[in-house]
Amino acid sequence: MRFLAALVGLSASVQAQEHAFQSIFRPLATPARAEYELSLLVLSICAAIFAVVTGLIIYVIVRFRDRGPITHAEPPQVYGSNQVEIAWTIIPILIVFVLTLATARVTSTIQDREPTASSLQVNVIGHQWWWEFRYPDSKVVTANELHVPAGRMTFLNLQSADVVHSFWIPQMSGKTDVIPGRKNRMWIDPRETGVFLGNCAEYCGAQHAHMLIRLVVDTPEEFDKWTAAQRKNAQMTNSAGETAFLNGQCVDCHTVRGAPASGDAGPDLTHFMSRSTFGSGMLPITIENLKRWLKDPQAVKSGTKMIIDPLSDKDVDAMVEYLMTLK
Amino acid sequence: MLRDCFSTVDHKKLGLMYVVMALFFFLLAGGLAAVMRMQLAYPDQHLVEAATFNRLFTVHGTTMVFFVGMPFVAALGNYLVPLMIGARDMAFPRLNAFGFWVTLFGGILLYLSFFTATGDAGRGAAPDAGWFAYAPLTERAFSPGTSTDYWILSIILGGIGSTVTAINLIATTLTMRTKGMTLARMPLFVWIMLVVSGQVLVALPPLSAAQIMLLLDRYLGAHFFDTSAGGDAVLWQHFFWLFGHPEVYILILPGFACVSEIIPVFSRKPIFGRAAMIGATISIGFISFGVWAHHMFAVGMPSRANIFFAASTLLVGVPTAIKIFNWIGTMWGGLIRFDTPMLFCIAFLVQFLIAGLTGVMMAVTPFDWQLTDSYFVVAHFHYVLFGGLLFTLFGAIYYWFPKATGRMLSERWGKLHFWLIVIGFHLTFDPQHIAGMFGMPRRIYTYPEGRGWETWNLISSIGVAFQGIATLVLVWNIVSSLREGRVAGRDPWDAWTLEWGVSSPPPIYNFESAIPVRSSRPLWDLKHPEDPDWKFE
Repeated sequence: MRFLAALVGLSASVQAQEHAFQSIFRPLATPARAEYELSLLVLSICAAIFAVVTGLIIYVIVRFRDRGPITHAEPPQVYGSNQVEIAWTIIPILIVFVLTLATARVTSTIQDREPTASSLQVNVIGHQWWWEFRYPDSKVVTANELHVPAGRMTFLNLQSADVVHSFWIPQMSGKTDVIPGRKNRMWIDPRETGVFLGNCAEYCGAQHAHMLIRLVVDTPEEFDKWTAAQRKNAQMTNSAGETAFLNGQCVDCHTVRGAPASGDAGPDLTHFMSRSTFGSGMLPITIENLKRWLKDPQAVKSGTKMIIDPLSDKDVDAMVEYLMTLK
Repeated sequence: MLRDCFSTVDHKKLGLMYVVMALFFFLLAGGLAAVMRMQLAYPDQHLVEAATFNRLFTVHGTTMVFFVGMPFVAALGNYLVPLMIGARDMAFPRLNAFGFWVTLFGGILLYLSFFTATGDAGRGAAPDAGWFAYAPLTERAFSPGTSTDYWILSIILGGIGSTVTAINLIATTLTMRTKGMTLARMPLFVWIMLVVSGQVLVALPPLSAAQIMLLLDRYLGAHFFDTSAGGDAVLWQHFFWLFGHPEVYILILPGFACVSEIIPVFSRKPIFGRAAMIGATISIGFISFGVWAHHMFAVGMPSRANIFFAASTLLVGVPTAIKIFNWIGTMWGGLIRFDTPMLFCIAFLVQFLIAGLTGVMMAVTPFDWQLTDSYFVVAHFHYVLFGGLLFTLFGAIYYWFPKATGRMLSERWGKLHFWLIVIGFHLTFDPQHIAGMFGMPRRIYTYPEGRGWETWNLISSIGVAFQGIATLVLVWNIVSSLREGRVAGRDPWDAWTLEWGVSSPPPIYNFESAIPVRSSRPLWDLKHPEDPDWKFE
């Protein structure tokens, strides 16, 4: 329905549905789907083994319990049986064989997939504690909210700026680690539009808990519109907030394209207001939250690498006003 | 008494001191876990802050593996192996004492870090890089101060303790057996401890080497794991898990050893398929060194490597299945008595079965991509180490307490302890499987509302209360039984291995006269001259 609505141009008024609940059993992309189907096979084999063995244990403890002093003699002393031993060696070996073949097939289907000319490429860079997304073809740079078009293969080239992270959106795909000094890759081809939440899944220091991923799956048209908008530079406003921002410490770490601000340690803020959250998905963007953040980032997200000299209330207010113009 | 503790080289005293050490650190690390569960009971809580939470799970994991699990393994080996093979003491009594003290100081050093180490937050910072401490988070750029050094040094000390204990156990087993106690007749317990000791000797060097390389990185400008200078983050993972996975078997196999003694006695039958059990133990010992990279399916190894490690990991299921079936085969046709040690073994069977099956799920690489580093893994390894190992250790405490102290633990308190800990264990860890499958990553200090994790976390936290009460019951049972427990006599369970042939507690020299050994159940032969085992050897 949302797809149809988007086609007739209603998308702007429709709030994209947020999929905060991420079950690995509700896959919405090919890798997650392949993992899900394999998991059903594994789960049913495991459930059968569990039922048989637990059934045996229950039978044995009921049937062979000591019923008291009537039978005082020791039971017959049995030392083993080679036939039985061979049987319960061979059956597990067969199960292992089946599972290995299934694993091999699905592992290479997912892992060895190569991009085609039509695949979208996104460079994903993990930072303590936020995500940077760079689109090499369109030169778009954004943070924490990854936009991809529905129905198309997107390859995520994973790199880390500091320590090991891991990229995980359960409904899209299992994890791939994001490791400094290495280039890892994963791919997704989301089938539904909406916002999908994920997390950094490898412990990466103090704020590992607040390294959330928001994946925004757009219709192809919406995605093109979004890309076009993101490619634009910011307009200079000559406001008090802009002056405070550009003359202060902010530009050491943040970029605003179109303005003399090109720091690269923190998120690109050129189109800050096109996102709905900040602090890597920690807080919704509101005036209130932004003021709290600028007054004392450490009080909001303790340990964050945004370590700043205190700002006056006047500067905070002006800067928030400026940030609100970065649409 | 206290002076005796400091100077003793007696294997039984050292064994009991290891038990006390393990229980002490168990209470400490359990307390840390309780705080974590309080923090996670509800979303968006701020009972502890992020940095504190990270220290809690780092020290909890490190303690449970190195200063609870390993000392308990050492306790079992030290106390029981010489008695079971009819020896007077361990081969190297002084080395034995050294191993105990060096391990204890390792543990103390770890906890001293809470007061004296420096970290991000100044004085009083415990290690916070997680128990497997993935590089380069442990490099000085990300872990300034000394907290990581405390972690490194405490583990090196613990590793030295484990290594000398392993050497001692191997030497003792190979050279100190009493007349008639051939390798083939050794109790299964001793066989398993022998294999475990071999594993320790091979598994610990990669760990110690990695720790020393990390120290070189931190203080002498080496760049083994320093990715900003061309070091390799994944190298650390290979080193760590080349130790870390065998370590899981080093911890769980002694649990198997206990079960393999307790189940036969309480089923009134010899272990079913003894030779197959020994073979399965040895093959687990070998295979355990070829599976380490299943911890690393998500690091981007080539698909061929991922498939290889999936296959080798699944293969461990075969000897493990043989063991479970043989334990059931032992109970089959027996006259099963449900005393507390046996209750713990039966719960172990079911829980370890589940642990094994969730292990199979994670051995399947694509499934593991979803499960790894989620709460599913937390649930899985607590099923292995808590539902598996710890339950067998509780069983072992109830089984051998009378031998070590001369008094029985109360069955009434014991059964209460059993049921409380069963309920607490399942309430705490069963829901974590679900939270993990719903996308909850491990090691997060808090989580927002609306991700579908609230219910599971709340149940999980409630379970901890049951565990806490259960532990109080155990402590009370031990304390009160020491004073007024029923006098045990030499052989309260009507058992068959040599330790039950001497008084309880055993005299300092263990055996006044050698007990004849003509089979793997020497006391059975003495008690049943009309139907001795040796006729069937």
